[in-house]
Amino acid sequence: MEKVKHAVVIYARYERFWHWSQAILIFVLAFSGFVIHGTFNLIDFETAVNIHTYSAIALILLWLFTTFWNFTTGNWKQFLPRTQGLLAVIRYYAWDILFGRPHPHTKTMRRKQNALQGLSYLTFMIVIGPALWVSGIIYLTYDLWNVIEGSQDIFQVVTFFHTAAAFMMMAFAFIHIYMTTTGKTPLHYIKTMITGVETIELTAAEKAYFAEQHPKMLRDKE
Amino acid sequence: MRKKLHIGNVVQINFFSFLYLIGYILGISMAINVYAEHGPKVEIGISEYSEIGGNADMQATTAAFDKNKNSKSTTDHSKLEELEGPFFDGREVTKACLGCHNKAGTQFLKNVHWTWEYKHPITGQLLGKRTLVNNYCTNAKGNEGMCAQCHAGYGMEDDNFDFTNEENIDCLVCHESTGTYYKTPTNKGNKACSIMFEGKNPIEWSKVAQSVQNPGRNNCGKCHFFGGGGDNVKHGDLSSALFNPSKEVDVHMDSEGLDFACVVCHVSNEGHQWSGSRYNMIAKDEVGLGKPGIPRQEATCESCHSSSPHPMTSLQGIKLNGHTDRVACETCHIPKIAKGGVATQVDWDWRTMGKLKDGEGFKLKEYTQGNGDHRATYKSIKGNFVYKENFNPFYAWFDGVMNYTTIDTKFDPANGPIDINGFTGDFNDPKSRIWPFKRMHTTQPYDKGNNTLVYMHLWGEDDQALWGNYSFEDSIKMGMEKNGIPYSGEYGFIETYSYWPINHMVSPKEDALACAECHARGEEGRLNELRGFYMPGRDYFKWLDIIGYLAIFGVFGIIFLHTMMRVLCKKGVIKICKSGDEK
Repeated sequence: MEKVKHAVVIYARYERFWHWSQAILIFVLAFSGFVIHGTFNLIDFETAVNIHTYSAIALILLWLFTTFWNFTTGNWKQFLPRTQGLLAVIRYYAWDILFGRPHPHTKTMRRKQNALQGLSYLTFMIVIGPALWVSGIIYLTYDLWNVIEGSQDIFQVVTFFHTAAAFMMMAFAFIHIYMTTTGKTPLHYIKTMITGVETIELTAAEKAYFAEQHPKMLRDKE
Repeated sequence: MRKKLHIGNVVQINFFSFLYLIGYILGISMAINVYAEHGPKVEIGISEYSEIGGNADMQATTAAFDKNKNSKSTTDHSKLEELEGPFFDGREVTKACLGCHNKAGTQFLKNVHWTWEYKHPITGQLLGKRTLVNNYCTNAKGNEGMCAQCHAGYGMEDDNFDFTNEENIDCLVCHESTGTYYKTPTNKGNKACSIMFEGKNPIEWSKVAQSVQNPGRNNCGKCHFFGGGGDNVKHGDLSSALFNPSKEVDVHMDSEGLDFACVVCHVSNEGHQWSGSRYNMIAKDEVGLGKPGIPRQEATCESCHSSSPHPMTSLQGIKLNGHTDRVACETCHIPKIAKGGVATQVDWDWRTMGKLKDGEGFKLKEYTQGNGDHRATYKSIKGNFVYKENFNPFYAWFDGVMNYTTIDTKFDPANGPIDINGFTGDFNDPKSRIWPFKRMHTTQPYDKGNNTLVYMHLWGEDDQALWGNYSFEDSIKMGMEKNGIPYSGEYGFIETYSYWPINHMVSPKEDALACAECHARGEEGRLNELRGFYMPGRDYFKWLDIIGYLAIFGVFGIIFLHTMMRVLCKKGVIKICKSGDEK
């Protein structure tokens, strides 16, 4: 099947909104969270708790809606784990990238992410994220359940997981940001995430589909 | 002797005023001599008069509460024939009071201000001034001649006082409102002490009798603000600053605001039995406001403010209400002890008692407190003192029950400082909350042979009394003997602590503790000493933090190396990747 490169909106408007608002909230949460944790105190504890709580509520709402969006749009399939091409991607970032070799993964509308990327986003969505919001909600509602037997032990477990997950989230976020610099130009992926537009290969059928159904998603310059 | 000189009408200056002037100048020069001889801070003599209410504004007798209450009253006492007198002493006034208030006597005979005795309902200990040893002047027992000036009765000179005689009740001390009524020690003491409390104007009995009303701050304060032998010496949160406090000093007693009298909170269950004893406190009031419309008879914050007083419309409010089950209101709302410029004593060292100057007792006033008054850091009759004001309380879990080291309690001196009033409380006890305390440290005499505290004979019309004789040996021997307590004959000194729950001087809400005062790491946090529970901001899992920070720095390290490699390869600095590129 012959494929031709086209500029296509691969990240829908909602997806980009999800990504950037989530990014902001995660950094606000990390900052206020590590103030509450006692790592640094650039703002006072009370302000940090306020910011942390309100942003946590916002992020949970965002995630709830995004989960709904992912399932209704079928976008969830993008995150299905697969091992095909995983080693090639790992080898690319560890070695091939230094020699300017091409990325082994070819972005398509079916698979916008490479195998490694998909796996890490899946980890983000089903491990780190839930660990944070589940422990966070239990943490936040401490006053409602602290009368039960052994509440202090539960609380300590909860704080442990919340902190551990926060460290993981930060590790994820920093690596993620660094990876964005590995595109054609250091800012290429950032631009893509802002505009949603990426040049990918389309089959003739896909091209025809977009032209017919979603002409605005095709951004080829005439 | 030196009186103020009025040069009013110059023409009328006569011979006598000339003599007066000479006397005035002589007086000044004598004062200068004394000044030069002893320095500015030494005061010869042992009078305690200036300590007990001397500098207080005794004219501020009514609070807004009393005024309102009196406007509701159906009786104007100043118009009663019964109170016209003439009266020759307080007992006669009492008789007149009881003539109409015919239940007040039996009510008051049960009041702790009268009985000086309290049977603790939980520990079963017999407490009260009649038995206790504290770590200030140590014991009222046997020293009633002095200490009973704060007994709400007449004539308690020793333990033989008739506690069943209503006519000995002192109604005036609590109810008079002129501010001119006063009490003196019930006996004169020995020669050295007899000069104390001299120079008061005689009491105008009918005037004070006609002035009676609900007790104002002045009535309670006359004793309670001066507990321990001086302004704020004992409690830390009860001082003459509360006669006319600003809002910052006490949001409730603010003389230009709510202007509460003590009895607004210390309400009476039955007649003359009021709430709020620190012997047995309600450390956690779970009843709160109680049933609608029925005022509760407890002196807890919750009885007016409920146990969820913060607005549920804000996140802070919700979170603060979540604290009230484990943190006493006072902990956040009384951030500092001894506000308003009056210091409290935090350390008393009895060992240095008895130094004299030219055979005379003296005071050394080396502490100048916020309101400018000089406080004695040494007194011949008492030893050395350390003062503090506007300072952070001591915090502890507290379930409301005080356990006293009484005169009968044997202790092991090797176990370190003795808690005069130890208390229980624990994070794991749901009835306990974190409370603020003033902690008093004292080095005081004890019976070295029997390992008990001692009663000292401080005051008496004899030459054995410590205040005059300055001998621990004689004083303890007699103090123990006359109260029938076995004494080994050998005394030593022991360190003691007493704990004073802080309830007064509630700050306006803007001044309440910020979260970070406790939710902070290490020494910065006020609750640093309280362990056994996880507090966000203070606690963390050490290994998790180490691993977590290492992971983050590891990520930065990898990013840095990877970037370097990419940049260097691109620029062709590193040969391998260049050759690889060609391959």
